[in-house]
Amino acid sequence: MTSPDPLARARGRLRLLALAFLLAFGAVGGRLLQLLLAEPPATAARTARAEPEVGPRADIVDRHGRLLATDIPSVSFALDPLYVRDPAATAARIAAVLEGVDTAELTRRLARPGSRYAPVKRHLLPREQRAVLELGLPGTILRTRFRRVYPQGDLAAHLLGAVGADGRGLAGVEYAFDRRLREDPDRPLRLALDLRVQFALREELEAAFRRFRAKGACGLVLDVHGGDLLAEVSLPALDPLRFGEAPEEVRLDRCSGAVYELGSVFKLVTAAMALESGRVDLARRFDARGPYRIGRFRIRDVHDYRRALTVPEIVAFSSNVGTVQMAFAAGGAAVMEPFLRRLGFDRPLDWPLPERARPLFPRRWPEITVATVAFGHGIAVSPLQYARAVAALVSDGRPRRVRVRADAPVEVAREPVVGEATVERLRWLMWLVVERGTGTKAASRRYLVGGKTGTADKPARGRRGYDRDRTVSSFVGVFPVDAPRYLVLVVLDEPVGDEGTFGFRYGGWTAAPVVGAVIERIGPLLGVPPADEEVRRRYFARLREERFVDPGTGRREKRLAFVAPDRR
Amino acid sequence: MTPLARTDRSALGRWWWTLDRPSLGALLFLSLVGVVMAFAASPPVAERLGYDQLHFVRKFLVFLVPAWLLLVATSLAGPRTVLRLAVLMATVALPLVAATLLVGAEIKGARRWLSLAGVSLQPSEFAKPAVAVVAGWLLARRPGLSGLPAAALPVAVLVTLLVLQPDLGTAAVVVAAFAVQLFAAGLGWFWIGLLAAGGGLGLAGAYLAFDHVRRRIDAFLDPAAEPYQVEAALAAIVSGGLFGRGPGAGEVKYYLPEAHADFVFATMAEEFGILLCLVVLGIFAFVVLRTLSRLLEAHCRFVLLAGTGLLAQFGLQAVVNMGVNLDLLPTKGMTLPFVSYGGSSLLALSLGVGMMLALSRRDVRLEDVP
Repeated sequence: MTSPDPLARARGRLRLLALAFLLAFGAVGGRLLQLLLAEPPATAARTARAEPEVGPRADIVDRHGRLLATDIPSVSFALDPLYVRDPAATAARIAAVLEGVDTAELTRRLARPGSRYAPVKRHLLPREQRAVLELGLPGTILRTRFRRVYPQGDLAAHLLGAVGADGRGLAGVEYAFDRRLREDPDRPLRLALDLRVQFALREELEAAFRRFRAKGACGLVLDVHGGDLLAEVSLPALDPLRFGEAPEEVRLDRCSGAVYELGSVFKLVTAAMALESGRVDLARRFDARGPYRIGRFRIRDVHDYRRALTVPEIVAFSSNVGTVQMAFAAGGAAVMEPFLRRLGFDRPLDWPLPERARPLFPRRWPEITVATVAFGHGIAVSPLQYARAVAALVSDGRPRRVRVRADAPVEVAREPVVGEATVERLRWLMWLVVERGTGTKAASRRYLVGGKTGTADKPARGRRGYDRDRTVSSFVGVFPVDAPRYLVLVVLDEPVGDEGTFGFRYGGWTAAPVVGAVIERIGPLLGVPPADEEVRRRYFARLREERFVDPGTGRREKRLAFVAPDRR
Repeated sequence: MTPLARTDRSALGRWWWTLDRPSLGALLFLSLVGVVMAFAASPPVAERLGYDQLHFVRKFLVFLVPAWLLLVATSLAGPRTVLRLAVLMATVALPLVAATLLVGAEIKGARRWLSLAGVSLQPSEFAKPAVAVVAGWLLARRPGLSGLPAAALPVAVLVTLLVLQPDLGTAAVVVAAFAVQLFAAGLGWFWIGLLAAGGGLGLAGAYLAFDHVRRRIDAFLDPAAEPYQVEAALAAIVSGGLFGRGPGAGEVKYYLPEAHADFVFATMAEEFGILLCLVVLGIFAFVVLRTLSRLLEAHCRFVLLAGTGLLAQFGLQAVVNMGVNLDLLPTKGMTLPFVSYGGSSLLALSLGVGMMLALSRRDVRLEDVP
C-alpha cells in the first residue's frame, strides 16, 4: 500500500513548513527590533490627554506698545496615582507644604483605580515648586505651561477679557481675536487703547463710582475721527484672573454689553435731527408751559418754565416739553425712525468684540413713542453705541466703525447722517450746555468743552412706569468743541447724591464733573493745545443772554438766544 | 554523569536517550520564565480582582507541578499509546465542549468554562490536541488524501462547537493546524489555494457575523483607533527598551486586565526588556524547528502528521500571541504557552506538548505504528 518512500513528499512539505515558521518568527523578531528603535512614547502621553498642552498666546499691547497681557511660564503639579501607595498619607504630606490643597479631594483622586493623573495644584510659586521637589514623592509630575497674566491688573479687564484654563479666550479681546493670538504668538496684538488715557478715566470714574455709591459705571474715550476706542472702563472692577468666579454683574461690560435708556443725553440726537430736517432752526421757540399732553400721558419738566423756550434754551436747560415739540416740528416718526436707524440704534453695535448688547428699539412709532424717544426714554442702547453716534454728529456727520485694534482700517460711512451746518450748530449747542446750561461742572480751564447731561429714571421693578429714585446719570463731552477730537462719555448706574451735590443725582452733578476732570487730564496727554481765546470769543459772539427773576416763582432765570453770525 | 546508561533498555532509559532533550530543556526554561512572570505580573491583577496578591501565583504553581509530571508521563508513551490517549481525550472532551454551551458559565460574553469538582476548566483546551492527533491518524490510515473526509469530521465537530461558544481564536488555530496537516499530507497546490480562499471567506464571514471580531479587525486596520490594550502593550514594550525597566518596575500590569495572561509578553518586555522577549522568541523557534526536524526523520505517516498537527497548534499559538502583543495581528484572546498564567489549561497544554515530544522521539519503532 506504500510507494517506495511514501514520506518523501511529506518531508518536502515539512521543510516548507519550517521555512514558513522561520518567516513568522522572523517577523515577530523584526517587529521587536523595530520597537527597540522606536521613539519612547512621551512619558506623559496619558497625562497629556488629561491636561491639553496650552500653546503661548501673543502679547496684547496698547497703541504705544505698552504691555497689557502676556504669557509667563507656570508650573503645575500632579501625581501619578500608580506610584502612590498610601493616598491619604500622601495627600496629608502635600497639604502640609502647599496651601489651598483639598486633602479629602486629593485623597479621592489618588485612590481612583486605574487613574494615571491626579492634578494637585496649578501655578506653583518657585518656593512651592521647591517644596514639592523636596518631598520627593514617587510619581511627581511637574509640567511647565503658559499662564496668561495682565501686568496692569484689572485696569482694562472688561475690554481685554480673559482666557480659560484650556488657553482659549473667554471674553473681550482675548475671545474676539483668539485665533490671531494663538496662531501668531510672536507678534503682539496692538490695540487702539491708550493706557494713559485708560488710567485717567479709570481713576476719575472709580472716584465718582465710590463717592456716589453707584451700582455700576461706564466710562469711555473715543477718538472722534478714527473711531479709536482710547479707553473703556466698566465698574465694578473685574479681576481678569478670576473671571470664571466673578458674578454676572461684575463680568458685565457696561459700555458695550448692557443697554440703558440714557435719557436727556439723547436730546442731542433729537436736536441734530430737528436742525437737519430744516424745519427747525436755532431761533425757533417752542411753548414750554407744561405739561405737554399726548392722549392720557403728560410730559413735564423738572420745573415748569412757564414761557416759550428757544432751541438753545431747550437743549441747555434740557427741557422735555420743548424737546418733544422740536421732534414733532421736525416731522415726527417719519423723520425720527430712519434717522435713528442711520445712526445704528436699531441693531447691535458692529464691532469685533463679543460684548454686543442688542438695543431695545421701538417696533411701532405712535406719537407717545416719538415723544419719549426724543428725550431718551423708550429706547435703550449701549453707551458705546451712543458715543459712536454722537461722535459722528459732532465730526462730519458720518458714523465710523469703533476701532479696537490699532491696525484696523478706519471705516467711515459713505453717506453723512447730518450735514456740515447741523454739525456746526450742534457743537455750539453742546458748548452752551457746558457754558450756561446743566453741564457747567464739566467745564475746563484749559479747553472749550461741549456736552450734554442726562438723568434717566430707570424702569420700575415689578410694575409699569419709571422709578424716580433710581436713575442712570450720564454726561457726554467732546473737546475741543470747535473741532472735536475726543469724546468722553460717563454713565453712572444708580448713583446716590451726597452733600456735595445737595442730594442731587443729576448727570450734571455726578457725571459731568468726571468728564471735566478726565478731559483736563487726558488733553495734555493727547497733545491737545489749550483753547484759543479767539474761538471762545467767536462762540460767545453768537450768544445773546439776559438774566431775570421769574416774577411768578421768584427763581433766577436766564434767557439764551442764538445770534446768527454776520454774513456780510 | 547521567544516572541512565545508554545501554539501559528500561522504558525510562529508552525515553531519556531517545527524547529530544534540548527541546525539553527549552520548554523547562519557558516554564521558569512563566513562574517569574506569574510573580511579576499577576499580583496587581489579583489585587484588582479582589484576591490576595499571590492568588494567581499559588494557583499557577499548584497546577505547574502536576502539569510537568503529566508532560513527562505523556512523553514516555509510544505512538500507539499517544493515539489511545488522544482518542480517550477526544471522546471525553468533545461532549464536555458541547456541554459548555448548555451549562457553561458565561465569562466575558462567551461560554467556555465548565466547573468540575471545584476546578474550572475549558474542555476545548483538552479537545484541541486530541483532535489534532486523531485527525493525523485518520489521514495516515489511508494513502494520499483519501482519509480526508474522515479526518475532517472530528475537526469540523470541534470547530463548530468553538464557533458556537464563541471562541474564534481557538477555532482558527484548530483549523490552521489541520490545514498544516493536510499540507504535510501532500495536498495539491490547487486545493491549498482553494483552502486559503476558504480561510479568507471564513475570516470575512466572522467579520460580518460577529460584532467583536469586526470591532477588533476594524481597530487593527485603522492605526488611529488602536484598542486600548494594544496601545498600552506597545507603549509598555517601547518604554522597556532592550533591558527593561527592571523587575517590579513595570506599570502596564497595573492597568492592563490581561497583563498576566494574554499580554504577558508585553509585561515581560516592559520589566525585563526586549532582550528577554528575543530569547523567549528564540526558544519557541528552537522548539518548533527542532521538533520539525525530528519529525522529518519519522518513519511513519501517523507520527509525522499527528506530530505536525500538535506542533502547528503549539507554534501558531505562540506566534499569534506574540503578534497580537506587538500589534502585528488583530487582538485575539490567546495565551503564550508556558509563559502566560494558566490553571487547568496548563494540564491540557502539557498533554499536548507531551504527546508532541513522544512523537518526536527517535525510537519510534515500526510495530508501534497504529
